[in-house]
Amino acid sequence: MVMPGSVRSPEERVWDELGGIADPEIPAISLVDLGVIGSVAVDDDAVRVQLLPTFVGCPAIAVMQDRIRERVGALNLAGRVEVEISFDPPWTSDRISPAGRERLRRSGFAPPHIGPAAVGSDLAELTVLAVAECPYCGSRNTTMENAFGPTLCRAIYHCADCRQPFEQFKRV
Amino acid sequence: MTVRPAPQLDLGQREALVELLLSLADDEFVIGFWDSEWTGIAPMLEEDVATSSIAQDEIGHAKALYEMLAELTDDDADHIAYGRAAEDFRHAALLNHARGNWAFSVARRYLYETADAVRLTALAASTYEPLAMLAGKMRREETYHLLHADAWLRRLADGAAEPRERLASSLRTLWADAQELFAPFDGETSLVHSGVLREPMHALHAEWQRQVRRRLEPITGELPAAAPTADGRTRRTDEFAWLHGEFTSVASSEEAAIW
Repeated sequence: MVMPGSVRSPEERVWDELGGIADPEIPAISLVDLGVIGSVAVDDDAVRVQLLPTFVGCPAIAVMQDRIRERVGALNLAGRVEVEISFDPPWTSDRISPAGRERLRRSGFAPPHIGPAAVGSDLAELTVLAVAECPYCGSRNTTMENAFGPTLCRAIYHCADCRQPFEQFKRV
Repeated sequence: MTVRPAPQLDLGQREALVELLLSLADDEFVIGFWDSEWTGIAPMLEEDVATSSIAQDEIGHAKALYEMLAELTDDDADHIAYGRAAEDFRHAALLNHARGNWAFSVARRYLYETADAVRLTALAASTYEPLAMLAGKMRREETYHLLHADAWLRRLADGAAEPRERLASSLRTLWADAQELFAPFDGETSLVHSGVLREPMHALHAEWQRQVRRRLEPITGELPAAAPTADGRTRRTDEFAWLHGEFTSVASSEEAAIW
């Protein structure tokens, strides 16, 4: 039975469904918490979902598109589901939700620094990358081992206090 | 990709935009493949990871640019990337060279990344919105590449005599061909007029030279006067012909292969 006041609009139902789809590379976080969903629109013809890639060359984009089409399609809200790749607005790591940051931390990833990313040749601005907060012990006595990690969006650090290597979701 | 109102491009401007996009895409594509030649044999494990990740970024950027081109020309991104003869590529002469030794790759990376930063800053202000959005996004990622190239430049330059000399001689060898990243192209004036390209290539070139001379000349000594030339994006080498054979080998042996 649907309770008064709990009726969800078609758009809200799509957002709810997207909130249950895990990121293919870091399953601890959902696509919504990752901030890669730009917008959702529903009309009689189609559900249109705008997907903002974290990195232009992210190989998980096609997997995300497939999962969105499959899961949102199962809601039967319209004839088809269109997942449009967009860089407008560009995804930045500031789009990760507070809940998403916490989930990253709990699964061993330092969340990215907050604040606009350095762009162009402003190398001085990037010195902040040298330290990330250890997701295991909270220490900031850490060093960046490699700005490039196992996927495009991850950097590798080492914690001098608990002696653990860990990864950071890059600020970009 | 978002379809947005673009400035009304006449046929000449459209052809010029295709030329510009093709040169950008081919630069990213070819340097990405040269970087991938280090996977498994870089001088240390961390660099195996880094060069492979940078290569993946660059080829990803090329893919997005080829897709934009495919929309403008009613072609297919895979076909543009893998279906062309070596002589139809439009990358700058800087990218004709094989990867060489590590210092040579570092020298090329530094020259390329600094030029790419100048170019992307201008393109992020383009009146052609799809390009402006993509360039802005690419620039954020390229900042990591620039940081990486700069760190290695410093490391080799401040190192022992041999790495420093290898770096310096590589920079001197590549200096002339690096200018070609700013080679003028047909229809450039019309793109500047419509704001698709905010500044002419010669202005971007001057800005880049001012930046890199200050950084490089303490390492190399005075670098000669140098400017882009008319065939800077059309002359090809045997080394590139070899790489072209490598990156088209899957597409030519299995036509249905996709990205």
